[in-house]
Amino acid sequence: MPDSLPVDSVGVVTPQTYHFETPIELACGQALERYDLVVETYGELNSDRSNAVLICHALSGHHHAAGYHSMDDRKPGWWDTCIGPGKPVDTNRFFVVCLNNLGGCHGSTGPSSTNPATGTPYGPDFPVVTVSDWVKSQALLADRLGIECWAAVVGGSLGGMQALQWSLDYPERLRHSVAIASSPRLTAQNIAFNEVARQAITSDREFHDGRYYDFDTLPRRGLMLARMVGHITYLSDASMGEKFGRELRDQAYKFGYDAEFQVESYLRYQGERFSEVFDANTYLLMTRALDYFDPAYDFGGDLSKALAKASCEFLVLSFSTDWRFTPARSEEMVNAMIAARRKVSYAEIDAPWGHDAFLIPTPRYTDIFTAYMDRVAREVGA
Amino acid sequence: MRADLEIIQQWVKPGHHVLDLGCGDGTLLDFLKRERNASGFGLEINPDHITTCMNRGVSVIEQNLDTQGLDNFEDNSFDIVLMTQALQAVRRPDKVLDEMLRLGAEGIVTFPNFAHWRLRWGLALSGRMPESDSLPYKWYNTPNIRLCTFKDFEALCRQKGIRIKSRRVVDGQHQNNWLARLWPNLLGEIAIYRITRENT
Repeated sequence: MPDSLPVDSVGVVTPQTYHFETPIELACGQALERYDLVVETYGELNSDRSNAVLICHALSGHHHAAGYHSMDDRKPGWWDTCIGPGKPVDTNRFFVVCLNNLGGCHGSTGPSSTNPATGTPYGPDFPVVTVSDWVKSQALLADRLGIECWAAVVGGSLGGMQALQWSLDYPERLRHSVAIASSPRLTAQNIAFNEVARQAITSDREFHDGRYYDFDTLPRRGLMLARMVGHITYLSDASMGEKFGRELRDQAYKFGYDAEFQVESYLRYQGERFSEVFDANTYLLMTRALDYFDPAYDFGGDLSKALAKASCEFLVLSFSTDWRFTPARSEEMVNAMIAARRKVSYAEIDAPWGHDAFLIPTPRYTDIFTAYMDRVAREVGA
Repeated sequence: MRADLEIIQQWVKPGHHVLDLGCGDGTLLDFLKRERNASGFGLEINPDHITTCMNRGVSVIEQNLDTQGLDNFEDNSFDIVLMTQALQAVRRPDKVLDEMLRLGAEGIVTFPNFAHWRLRWGLALSGRMPESDSLPYKWYNTPNIRLCTFKDFEALCRQKGIRIKSRRVVDGQHQNNWLARLWPNLLGEIAIYRITRENT
């Protein structure tokens, strides 16, 4: 953290925990009797409660989207580039809500939480939750916060899927749905990468069928490998090339198998760090939620039929070098919206950073996001 | 009000679903939305125009007619397909006209007339490629790669079996001008055509 807060920062923020005592029925058929959601909010809710924006997080995200938890924080929240005073999601105008999703590992109830039935962590007994389940829990949170209708539901990647699902499950409860670098369903290749990640975790000897908490250990190796393979899919060939090229840590080859290339040590470092702070069962759960997401499934694969229910306006953005969720996946969404005669705007942004581009403020991305959200704000009188 | 907007508006019925090819900053769609409660989309490739559309609440899709075509739109999915001042900038105007009438029952096309007397005069006198208010570019950097005259366009329509329902000719400022109506291919700068398939 710098000595003083940047002027366009939401500042020091404190997460809040909301307890829910009414059971929530999940898509898998199970219910959670009670659960917690950890939430951060930025900005002020206006008097007619029309300026609320929900931010949905991606696979490894959480409720801490913007600002700092303390003056000692090294880095701000994960989407600080886009949320704050004068930023695309302008906290001078919007009341911004971001939560850690159910099944997460940053304070909301998830596999590492204590199962009230046993007094020990849920582990593998925690139900597999879906994007629809998350949206349902977010709607219950909205009830609690007194928000009847979101000005916009916004998300990147898996977060964009939640923004899309909102438009189908609660069409009257949002005005705008913003899906960035997202996809209407995973491809076989996407699922294949998730499966490699899951295999890495579950085949770690320290995984203990998901009950590693009971053994006072963590499947670090597996989670590290999962993160390494995932991380590769977030970057582009070009951005990796620019960042690392074929650079060696030392001058010459050592004719061994240690991390000699910079890219190797970077991936190892990222993976190791991640394996200490993220819960392996949550990683399994999040990747499964991704796999299962397919709102067109109940409509014979025709997304435009699913979208007949939607009434909000959509903004869809993709990035030219994103090969995890390519522009073609976003266009699939857009074409279904066109066929369903929904209001939709779409742009493909030229950016070299692959999937991660949705977290990086390139000028055109910032311009478009700002212009669209400015209009949303005007519409709700914020 | 711009005369072309006024003219186009008369041909759009309340609640019409329209597609605007090369919608620019969304002025026309915004106008039709307000005046005619029209719905629909604009296609555009200019990043600044796209941003402006999004800011004013016009649904805009970034899509390049030359490289991406219009395959993602279904037959007869619009009441009207518009193309103002963009026909001369696409690689295959003939194919775009076909597509317009595949997607919509009716098309509205406007383009600058390359046979306007000032352009003819300029070319004849100076021997240089003409420039004007509606064609402000140099020959080497102009996006207008398929310039034609009103007569050329009408010949193409005949050849394709496209019926011209109406034609209105205006000057460079989109003003009505009786001289242009009298002798359009020489004195008209911009024409607004309303086209449909022959058998409708």
